[in-house]
Amino acid sequence: MDNLRLLFDAPLLPVQLLLDGVLIGAIFALAALGMALVWGVMGIINVAQGELVMLGGYAAYFLYRAGIHPLFGVPLAAALLFCLGWALYRSLIFRVVDQDLFISILATFGLSILLQQLANAFFGADVRTAESGFGTWAVRGGAITIARIKLVAFGAALLTGGVLVLFLKSSRLGQAIRATAQNARAARVMGVDTDRVYARTFAINAAICGASGALVAMTWIVHPYLGLPYTVRSFMIVIVAGLGNLQAVLASAVALGVAENFAGFIFGAEYQTAFVFTLLVVILVLRRFWLSRQRRYLA
Amino acid sequence: MPTSLTARLTAVLVLAAGSAAAEGEDATVVLGAAVSLTGKYSVNGKNTKDGYDIAVERINEMGGVKIAGKSHKLKVIYYDDESTPARGAQLAERLINQDGVKFVLGAYSSGLTKAMAPVTEKYKVPHVEGNAAARELFTQGYRYLFAVLSTADYYLRDAVILAAEMAKEHGRNPKDVKIAMAFENDPFSLDVREGVVEEAKKYGMKILVDDKLPPEINDMAATLTKVKAVKPDLLLVSGHEKGATLVVRQTAEMKVDVPMVASTHCDSAKIAENLAQAADGVLCGSQWDRHLAYQDKWFGSAEQYAQRFEKRFNYPAPYQAAESTAVVLVFADAFARAGSLDPEKVRDALASTDLMTMFAPIKFDSTGKNIAKQMVLYQVLNGTYKVVSPRKWAETKPVWPRKLPQ
Repeated sequence: MDNLRLLFDAPLLPVQLLLDGVLIGAIFALAALGMALVWGVMGIINVAQGELVMLGGYAAYFLYRAGIHPLFGVPLAAALLFCLGWALYRSLIFRVVDQDLFISILATFGLSILLQQLANAFFGADVRTAESGFGTWAVRGGAITIARIKLVAFGAALLTGGVLVLFLKSSRLGQAIRATAQNARAARVMGVDTDRVYARTFAINAAICGASGALVAMTWIVHPYLGLPYTVRSFMIVIVAGLGNLQAVLASAVALGVAENFAGFIFGAEYQTAFVFTLLVVILVLRRFWLSRQRRYLA
Repeated sequence: MPTSLTARLTAVLVLAAGSAAAEGEDATVVLGAAVSLTGKYSVNGKNTKDGYDIAVERINEMGGVKIAGKSHKLKVIYYDDESTPARGAQLAERLINQDGVKFVLGAYSSGLTKAMAPVTEKYKVPHVEGNAAARELFTQGYRYLFAVLSTADYYLRDAVILAAEMAKEHGRNPKDVKIAMAFENDPFSLDVREGVVEEAKKYGMKILVDDKLPPEINDMAATLTKVKAVKPDLLLVSGHEKGATLVVRQTAEMKVDVPMVASTHCDSAKIAENLAQAADGVLCGSQWDRHLAYQDKWFGSAEQYAQRFEKRFNYPAPYQAAESTAVVLVFADAFARAGSLDPEKVRDALASTDLMTMFAPIKFDSTGKNIAKQMVLYQVLNGTYKVVSPRKWAETKPVWPRKLPQ
């Protein structure tokens, strides 16, 4: 419990942990936004979400190596992943979109293993990073430090979230996506090409993950096996926030980031990820109680 | 299906012709290895394989191994253990039972070796390894397992010793040195930790932070916030390449100003190459360095080995490769001295090994550990690795304290 005492002895420590938590939460939020979108519109829980993040990270890394500043790497990674997402839909996802949830979970789980191993085979298991060269912003003589790249990531996450909300509200495709989410059959009757909507939705999800991955590569590290924690985090965030509520996704992502950071500090880093998994179980159980009382169900 | 039948017949004929030809030429000694070509150890697995390959190529190029007056070429059968211990154990069985291998080269990592050693022990097959440093491997009474490297508890001991020396040089009592450390929760890193704890106890140093990192660690911010708060004199990290990269990157980013930072695996994580200024002053525990003054008859000096390796594989030789090369050299030496390919005789020859290689002097104690070798500690200085400890072979004096980039 020395760690707890330390928290109270140094009043700036919780501030640092809180800040870090909020900033990294924004990066988690991106992948979670994509997951909520795909889940809500297509009824698919994409287990390969984390692998899309990983690929986005590699895209940013290779662009960085090619001399492109990682900041420009973010939109480029998103664009590349958009194409990949579209291709994945056309080759695989469209086969499972109207099927049982288990089939899509299995299919995307298989996809996640495939992507991991392909990344390992082509890029190697080396740990890589893309340097943003932004440096650190030190407050109060370095007692609190904020890596500027985390601020950038936070801004980018908010921006992406905002653009996504606007896009879904006002653009034609956004309207079609929402119509399909509400009732795919009715949308088809009204002349919406739902297959195309699905393809675009999945591609948009991949693009968001790509952006998030690029930010991960700039903030931390990339390697072929970083996906799973991101998938689990996204899943958890979406479970907590519910589908179709993008602001709640952002809020619960930030909350998760903060909770994780404090857990890592107090219980030690070994329990940081374990804490996320435990929290997931607790929340699933609680949510079940809650839902059975309200007689409402997900989606 | 006539085509496939023909194909099979042809294959049989070709095989028969092949073995007939082989009898006419030099005999071959077949060694077997399971290495991690895929999965989380695939970088180090490749280093291991390249290390074996370059040794086999060099020995064959020099005419092979003379066993009882007849020269034998070496050949290695490889399988991919997918970085999973269960697969490693299966493959050891397969190498011995199906491929008839009588000599096994070690896998990468302690976890895999722990899974394979009982199998090689069961079949009484000599198993020499250069990439599993867990202490536990040498407390089981294994008779057929030999390791050319230092055990894991030695990886960061020298960093603690160096911290004590630095404290003395700056007029402080080594007892007042405060340590913060974060080790991954795997057998290797926990052994490293044991060694550090023992060494710290000798000096009476205090350990203020003692975190364990999960294998999927991707962010050390929580641990480092703690480190920053307690202001230690020495920060020690062991978490393979991820741990090394994260500690360098995040201490610089979060301005965690610790005068001495030491980690394992910094060379395979390429911290000096990838992280530029942030890596400056960081100390790395290592099994080997190309600047050491060791020599052998196959490769010449360590430096010459490193050059040959780089020319062959297009990347600088990491210690994981040098260790693996030493494994093959130890086998070659034992074959020649045993004058036979009988596993039992080779085992006895291995046990009495007293060999100098470009990797290190090699001499096994009764548990199979190499007792003739010391660890190396180097420091990243201006983007290159310089040996700073042991002082006897040091290229330069250690720079203290570490300065963070502005």
